Amino acid sequence: MQATNILFLILGLGCFAFYLGRGRSLAIAKPLGGVRHLHSLPSYYGFHAALWCALPSLFLLSLWMIFDDLLINSMVMDALPAASAPADSASYNLLLNKIANLADGILPRSGESAALVSAADQMLNYRVVSRWSLTALILTLSLVGMAWGWSRTAPLFRARPVVEAVAEKSLLACACLAIFTTLGIVLSVLFESIQFFRSVPAFDFIFGLDWSPQTAIREDQVGSSGSFGAVPLFVGTLLVSAVAMVVAVPIGLMSAIFLAEYANKTVRSYAKPALEVLAGIPTVVYGFFAALTVAPFLRDLGEGFGLSVSSESALAAGGVMGVMIIPFISSLADDVITAVPQSMRDGSLAMGATKSETVRRVIIPAALPGIVGGIMLAVSRAIGETMIVVMAAGMAAKLTANPLDSVTTVTVQIVTLLTGDQEFDSPKTLAAFALGLMLFTVTLLLNIFALHIVKKYREQYE
Amino acid sequence: MNQNASTAGTKPAKDAKPEAMQTLELTDNEATVGQCFTDKPKMSMRNVNVFYEDKQAIHDVSVDIAKNEVIAMIGPSGCGKSTFLRSLNRMNDTVDGCRVEGKICMDGEDLYAPKLDVVELRARVGIVFQKPNPFPKSIYDNVAYGPKLHGLADSRVDLDEIVEKSLRKASLWDEVKERLHQAGTGLSGGQQQRLYIARAIAVSPEMILMDEPCSALDPIATAKIEELIEELSENFTIAIVTHSMQQAARVSHRTAYFHLGRLIEVNPTEQVFTMPAHRLTEAYITGRFG
Repeated sequence: MQATNILFLILGLGCFAFYLGRGRSLAIAKPLGGVRHLHSLPSYYGFHAALWCALPSLFLLSLWMIFDDLLINSMVMDALPAASAPADSASYNLLLNKIANLADGILPRSGESAALVSAADQMLNYRVVSRWSLTALILTLSLVGMAWGWSRTAPLFRARPVVEAVAEKSLLACACLAIFTTLGIVLSVLFESIQFFRSVPAFDFIFGLDWSPQTAIREDQVGSSGSFGAVPLFVGTLLVSAVAMVVAVPIGLMSAIFLAEYANKTVRSYAKPALEVLAGIPTVVYGFFAALTVAPFLRDLGEGFGLSVSSESALAAGGVMGVMIIPFISSLADDVITAVPQSMRDGSLAMGATKSETVRRVIIPAALPGIVGGIMLAVSRAIGETMIVVMAAGMAAKLTANPLDSVTTVTVQIVTLLTGDQEFDSPKTLAAFALGLMLFTVTLLLNIFALHIVKKYREQYE
Repeated sequence: MNQNASTAGTKPAKDAKPEAMQTLELTDNEATVGQCFTDKPKMSMRNVNVFYEDKQAIHDVSVDIAKNEVIAMIGPSGCGKSTFLRSLNRMNDTVDGCRVEGKICMDGEDLYAPKLDVVELRARVGIVFQKPNPFPKSIYDNVAYGPKLHGLADSRVDLDEIVEKSLRKASLWDEVKERLHQAGTGLSGGQQQRLYIARAIAVSPEMILMDEPCSALDPIATAKIEELIEELSENFTIAIVTHSMQQAARVSHRTAYFHLGRLIEVNPTEQVFTMPAHRLTEAYITGRFG
């Protein structure tokens, strides 16, 4: 039986156990004079039985799924005659793949050695045995669990705390899953980066001023020195993000103030969703809008003033990115401004302050932690944004602070390093992981800083 | 208008049926009994109606408030006393769908005239709410907020003086003079409420409205505030809404009893609590509802 079918079988049995447990508790309650004589509600007895039925089986199933292939593989490989046994781990994997492909019928069997064909047959054999024994085991375990859960149904049995404890554990498990996934990603990026730093010194990478990642594929190739100084990329990223924030922060904040303090209900009910539509536009659309509309417009405008504006400028990319971030800031700021207690507003108005005085002197200071937090999150978002800069910011790694110039960002370089053909052990490809790690570190530090600010002010004001 | 224009201390005239005495139902067009009007009112209200959307919260209230008087407004929850209080300095403007009809004048000036500067009015008629709500600023800045807004101080020295004077009047100075520049939110509830009062008097208003100023406070803090109200009445006209009849009896000169949006009775406080003129007032102060 397939694993998915087994999963459905377990869930079905679990539902059945629920009804059995619930039915039994109802049957017990009836002669006693009603459900109030049971410790817990009937559905808790049902859940209790269902948990006993399903949880151990699910646990067994997942363990089996993890270890079953490993076990079968090693058994097959051990059984190979000494003559065809692999010499090292690379050829071990190669041979294992070949046997698996033979077993799955992907490779034709004709022409292969008898040892390999028999190994493939053995593998198929083991797999069938594994599936059937798994099915049998699961079925037994589920039924035993169901019977145990069912038999424990008694008026004084405390099923409710049991269900509560399991609920708590499963919530914990979900939270852990998210954390471990993040941890896994970080670790994998970290290990690849360590490999990169073996060929390029970390100091040169972090403080180097020159970025040209074209490494020589052949020894005699010229002009591909391969220098990996990340500073120009980070300067470019910061420049584009700064332009974006210059656009997004004032507009986002002021529209939030308008929506929260001045707009009446009708205006608010139309304006807020309209603003949030901006957040729903795919970044790739922003990207070609920046590249095809805004950048040429800025270039022509600059020519009018006698300025030379690059046709892929930080200004165009950053400006459009800023527009993209407006709803992000305005929505967060709107939330915190609305959360300022009405009594503060009343208090200020009652002192004879106008609305704008109230906003400036009372509301903004009170909402500041939330606003700063929102801006910091927006900065992290701007730094990590990829699509717009890929399309509109350019590829040349220039060390410049001029927003009219073309710059490149960390994310753009990661994209160019990892698209197209590549080998995964060259520093050129591994550099992407190092850049990713550094980007991650920067945004992490920013987020920690933001949280710290939020916490500090919150203590002071609430 | 004569102080005793309305007949004081008599039961309503429609007492034809004896059982009408007993009924606690409100009859239509019940006239306010007692001494509603004074000769030289600080503030005068005539036929005031207040609506929230379609719901009428205040029905046809006419009353005067004399200069340097403390008038208490009592009544069961939802009787409209807070709404009425808030309409006196147009704080109701901030509530969507709220509409005020009738005439409210201060020193003869119509408060609802289109040309009136609401912001200035609120500086002249301060309000203290039920919940202390210090701004997220230091104690000093909380008190200096109003004077700064209205340019009452020309120099730092002036401002210091106003802050100290207000805090002294609110009998908070001795408790906070060492920590004027710490956050106002760090004070206790009673101190916060007195800070609030200091903030309100810092702009030298002519009148102070208080909306249940002690309902969130313990008895000691309440006693301090009540003492303060008595002192303040030397310089200010005060209207106070309260749920505590004892408090009304202790601090006010006159007491107004509201019932379901109508002003039932206005009389000197002593009289209201000893010989109420209206059956509903009597029912309320003897604890039959509310």
